[in-house]
Amino acid sequence: MTESIAPEELWSLVESYYDVLPEKLRKELYEKILESRLSRKEAIEVIEEAVRRYRASLVDPGEAVGMVAAQSIGEPSTQMTLRTFHYAGVRELNVTLGLPRLIEIVDARKSPSTPIMEIYVTSEIAKDPEKVLEIARKIELTTIENITKSATIDYIESAIILELDPEMMENRGVTIRDVVKAINRIKGKRGRVEVMEENTIVFYTGIEDIPRLKRMYDRVFGLRIRGIKGIKHAIVKPVRDQEGNIIEYMIMTEGSNLQAVLAVEGVDASRTLTNNIVEIMEVLGIEAARSAIIREIKRVLDEHGLDVDIRHIMMVADAMTMTGRVRQVGRHGVAGEKSSVLARAAFEVTIKHLVDATVRGEIDELKGVIENVLIGSKPIPVGTGAVKLRMKYEFPVVEE
Amino acid sequence: MPKKINVLNHVLVPQHIVLSREDAIKILKKMGIKKKELPWILASDPAARAVGAKPGDVIMIIRESPTAGKSITFRYVMPG
Repeated sequence: MTESIAPEELWSLVESYYDVLPEKLRKELYEKILESRLSRKEAIEVIEEAVRRYRASLVDPGEAVGMVAAQSIGEPSTQMTLRTFHYAGVRELNVTLGLPRLIEIVDARKSPSTPIMEIYVTSEIAKDPEKVLEIARKIELTTIENITKSATIDYIESAIILELDPEMMENRGVTIRDVVKAINRIKGKRGRVEVMEENTIVFYTGIEDIPRLKRMYDRVFGLRIRGIKGIKHAIVKPVRDQEGNIIEYMIMTEGSNLQAVLAVEGVDASRTLTNNIVEIMEVLGIEAARSAIIREIKRVLDEHGLDVDIRHIMMVADAMTMTGRVRQVGRHGVAGEKSSVLARAAFEVTIKHLVDATVRGEIDELKGVIENVLIGSKPIPVGTGAVKLRMKYEFPVVEE
Repeated sequence: MPKKINVLNHVLVPQHIVLSREDAIKILKKMGIKKKELPWILASDPAARAVGAKPGDVIMIIRESPTAGKSITFRYVMPG
């Protein structure tokens, strides 16, 4: 038997296909060839065969990849249950998944119906549940409403009387001092806050006008004592490895505010995530939004055990992020009014589109598929039809 | 002191590199397309700002891809 190829030589051989084969394939080739102890000649043969098959499996130019992606995601999606909720490991939090979530992602909604954040903390404190809880409390939005047992308006004194709930305050780590401080922020010149007996606060507003007093009453309720706007609830959750050992603690929240949470001291700004894609685009950029779209769609499909090739999902994410912002995939395709009149007329409200186009004097370039099917031109501009052929024709010399 | 966040360190953000004019032209020539035919990235995009890209630049993006290992793409920086 001939001697097997040296690792260094094989490596440079495989790496010479840098422009042809993707990194993962090159690595795999290198490892597998080394493992099977092939000779130099055999190795070259194997690599050449791999290149041949790789090239054969590439998508052809002009292939309608969007159509294939739509079908490949659409068909398995019909098997999803219409409305599913999933509890994200913790009883109190539920996340929209399944078809509604899929539609939400693809629609590029400003905010999902169940915004969730996964907040990680820096490694120094990640193992200490007490410290993580402290951050969770700092993040969770606490308003006066959350800690009040009852509230009444005293019209004679034009005062608002709040009876606080000590249990809730304990729970959220808020003191009466914090509450007074919060009210002091909005009390105005004539306002005055007094702490009465146990857990009762009287806020003399100094407003005699009754509608205005009522408005103040509503305002006091929504008053933020601490926390970040939008974070309705925060729970500390252990992260476990495969054996079930706790590696660290993280925070799951209901509600999302990426910008503000990343700025919180102690939060790991490199791992913290949200399921709000538009927010990711605004805070981390378009490439992060692309990764997030792929991640979120994959998660929904995996949850239902649907096996869709990730390339189709990447295709959708690429199309959605083409213009530098997240665009929705709606009834008209990816964010778009089609430029062709005939294509639009073929979809719905035919006459209106035709009349409007006539009035405006629009020209149809007949570049898309729909309009070409419509007028019956033979090669529609997809696949083989996407290329135009030119022939050099030598006229035969006719002899006299 | 408010905490400084570098978006480029985030797990969702792949590596962004601003290409020099010459490199950009070379790559566009190889692909046979014009700048504007690349996917876009806004000049106001947080990642684009972090690498200091100006409108008209081409950014090279090196993504971790589950299918190809590493995949390289380009985006054209649009004003906005």
